Amino acid sequence: MTPLTRRRLQNFRANRRGFWSLWLFLLLFGLSMFAEFLANDRPLLVRFDGHFYFPVFADYAETDFGGDLPIPADYRDPSLAKRIDAGGFIIWPLIPFADNTINYNLPSPAPSPPDRVNWLGTDDQGRDVLARLIYGFRISVLFGLTLTIFSSIIGVAAGAIQGYYGGWIDISFQRFMEVWAGLPVLYLLIILSSMIAPNFWWLLIIMLLFSWMSLVDLVRAEFLRARNFDYVRAARALGVGNATIIWRHVLPNAMVATLTFLPFILNGSITTLTSLDFLGFGLPPGSPSLGELLSQGKNNLQAPWLGLTAFFVLAVMLSLLIFVGEAVRDAFDPRKVK
Amino acid sequence: MADCLLEVTNLSVSFTSGDTRVDAVKGVSFSLDKGETLALVGESGSGKSVTALSIMQLLHYPMASHGPGSSICFEGIEMVRASEATLRNIRGDRIAIVFQEPMTSLNPLHTIEKQIAETLNLHKGLSGTAARARVLELLRLVGLPEAESRLNAYPHQLSGGQRQRVMIAMALANEPDVLIADEPTTALDVTIQAQILKLLKDLQARFGMALLLITHDLTIVRKMADRVVVMTEGHIVERGKTADIFTAPQHPYTKKLLAAEPKGAPQPADATRKPLMAARDIRVWFPIKTGLLHRTSAHVKAVDGIEMTLRQGETLGVVGESGSGKTTLGLALLRLIDSQGEIIFDGRRIDELGGSALRPLRREMQVVFQDPYSSLSPRLSIAQIIEEGLKVHKLGGSAKERRAEIERLLQEVGIDPSCADRYPHEFSGGQRQRIALARALVLKPRFLLLDEPTSALDMSVQAQMVELLRDLQKRHDIGYLFISHDLRVVKALAHDIMVMKDGKVVESGPAASIFSAPQTAYTRALMAAAFNIEIAEPQAVGT
Repeated sequence: MTPLTRRRLQNFRANRRGFWSLWLFLLLFGLSMFAEFLANDRPLLVRFDGHFYFPVFADYAETDFGGDLPIPADYRDPSLAKRIDAGGFIIWPLIPFADNTINYNLPSPAPSPPDRVNWLGTDDQGRDVLARLIYGFRISVLFGLTLTIFSSIIGVAAGAIQGYYGGWIDISFQRFMEVWAGLPVLYLLIILSSMIAPNFWWLLIIMLLFSWMSLVDLVRAEFLRARNFDYVRAARALGVGNATIIWRHVLPNAMVATLTFLPFILNGSITTLTSLDFLGFGLPPGSPSLGELLSQGKNNLQAPWLGLTAFFVLAVMLSLLIFVGEAVRDAFDPRKVK
Repeated sequence: MADCLLEVTNLSVSFTSGDTRVDAVKGVSFSLDKGETLALVGESGSGKSVTALSIMQLLHYPMASHGPGSSICFEGIEMVRASEATLRNIRGDRIAIVFQEPMTSLNPLHTIEKQIAETLNLHKGLSGTAARARVLELLRLVGLPEAESRLNAYPHQLSGGQRQRVMIAMALANEPDVLIADEPTTALDVTIQAQILKLLKDLQARFGMALLLITHDLTIVRKMADRVVVMTEGHIVERGKTADIFTAPQHPYTKKLLAAEPKGAPQPADATRKPLMAARDIRVWFPIKTGLLHRTSAHVKAVDGIEMTLRQGETLGVVGESGSGKTTLGLALLRLIDSQGEIIFDGRRIDELGGSALRPLRREMQVVFQDPYSSLSPRLSIAQIIEEGLKVHKLGGSAKERRAEIERLLQEVGIDPSCADRYPHEFSGGQRQRIALARALVLKPRFLLLDEPTSALDMSVQAQMVELLRDLQKRHDIGYLFISHDLRVVKALAHDIMVMKDGKVVESGPAASIFSAPQTAYTRALMAAAFNIEIAEPQAVGT
């Protein structure tokens, strides 16, 4: 580890709020990656007739558990539960609902308020809010991360080419970007999602069309500066090719600005997905998403647990990411003193 | 002392960054009397600039801190840890400072009138026509030509020397008692340096200011100072009258410093050797585009019809002021920028070759740049930096053999091979320049462009670098194109000399005859400025 890296890590840790935010966020994200084991309508483990079954991993038919029909087992069916209990036991996840499990056994009409079964209540279709939250958090973060990574790769590449070659390439690319950035993104999304059924990847591609531009100017400026440095000239005098110069000599210097920007881009990506879901142009109907929960909260003002839950989860997640971003910015700040 | 103006006692400065603490100045004491010139001499890193900035309390506090017992007393006022209000009253009014780099110490967005008037307004309350008249008076005082029409000029419209004159005018605006000049001429050409130093001396006599001159250049000290304080590694090692120090230095460090001028002469020239690099009527013109359609209306003739020949294993020194086209010529010869005219390398025309045909030739022609800080990629270890050329040209065999070659080369340029995996920022300027040299030498070139390789280095390091270059030339038979404005270094290295001005050759020939009998006024002016810091043939040089 170079002294510079060590100094940066030190500065990152010195920002205690950001440091702990990172750990908390990683913990939440890590947990949500195991959502199937936390919230599921299939048991983790079934012991029946002297055999072990793992319904989380494999599909079993009713007949495996002494039923009559070869249809997939419904573990929430009381008669099935009774049969298994007689010949073994069932271990349920902490929350016995998946994101799309409908609880038909509600004490009051859906949306029902929080109780001992549905800790955060149910939404207007009788689905457990906590379960949907866990799955929704995961999909939001995954979407945000993927979008961030892809738009950074495209943005850095575009900025590098413009800045390094300059001249006509730079001018025409810049003008193109001005036109492109002027397109009304939201309307395009609405039009496009009326032509195709948007799923995770379609949405990603459509949003990628516009989100790559945020990093271009930053990287381009770094490259414009660095391409006249003596060490770049010396590399050219050695006969090093342009691609190698960009990759080995200039790009590492542009990465500082890029890394500092990443948490904020991630935040922006998550917010965009949430707002699209809120408007109903996002992920396909039925997918767990924070935006959809928000819009349910808006439609069911008599059930405040919907809106409040979505609001707090979003607020906490975005704040954590901003704190992490601040710490990253501190870490790369050469003038930072403790 | 009754007339003691500034008294620095037991000053210590340390910088803290994280857990590391650097003591830059350790218990320094000196005093400055009215009207005298005190020179603070030392190599870079000796703490002389930090001492000067402490006097004005201009360091980055709280990263920097003064040790207990540090005291800077200016006419009975304690400056260390003084309140901001007290300091503001003194800064720019009673004590003024001129920095090294005139480009970055002026605000590029303000006219020079505005910048000078600002300090007048702050301390004297002058504004409007009164301020304007005073600014004009100051600009005339510092000898800025056509002062009236330049009031509304921006810094980039002035030359380096003119900018430094503006800086001095700003510093003098309130007729300070003490003027601190922190390497005031290091960034300037030798001819301009002589003018600026003369100006400082005249102004000092006129206003009776005390001048604290910070420099690493002993020639300037001898010319300017009444007393000298020699600093190294944060300590004062010797002090005394200028004449005494120069005739009878006591401390070994002072002796070393005095002995450190670039010396010696190159190997005798051999006129029978074949030319290595020759150019016929070489031109680099940059178009000036004006109007809506960007039509080329005129050209900046950076290099305008130059003929040159460099024989194998010899050195051609290219001298001239900045802006004379020396570097452009060098880059054109290496085919790093476009040019017109014939370039013949080793009997073969290379000016018509394209990118891929040129690549094998890149092995034979290498370059070392002026600034040792920007010429090494900060994120590669020095072994990787040197290895790059070998990799590009697929030389040096296996990774192990390449490594051995790199270590041998580091040894040759005087760097400990065990440092090969360190990063450039861990080395000093002189060491970095050696690494840059190793990068160029790894391909065993026959032509090396040296673009002011010594001008960013301390005097003693310069001398070592010159030795090394001469030694390498003898051992590997490399032809040098040595670009420099420093005639002392050129004298120690060059067989032939070409004097350039405004893209044209003013004079060229064997070094010995140029140094003994310069033909043109321009060359004579350059030489007077370089060897004696005197102004000769003022009409032949710029301002």
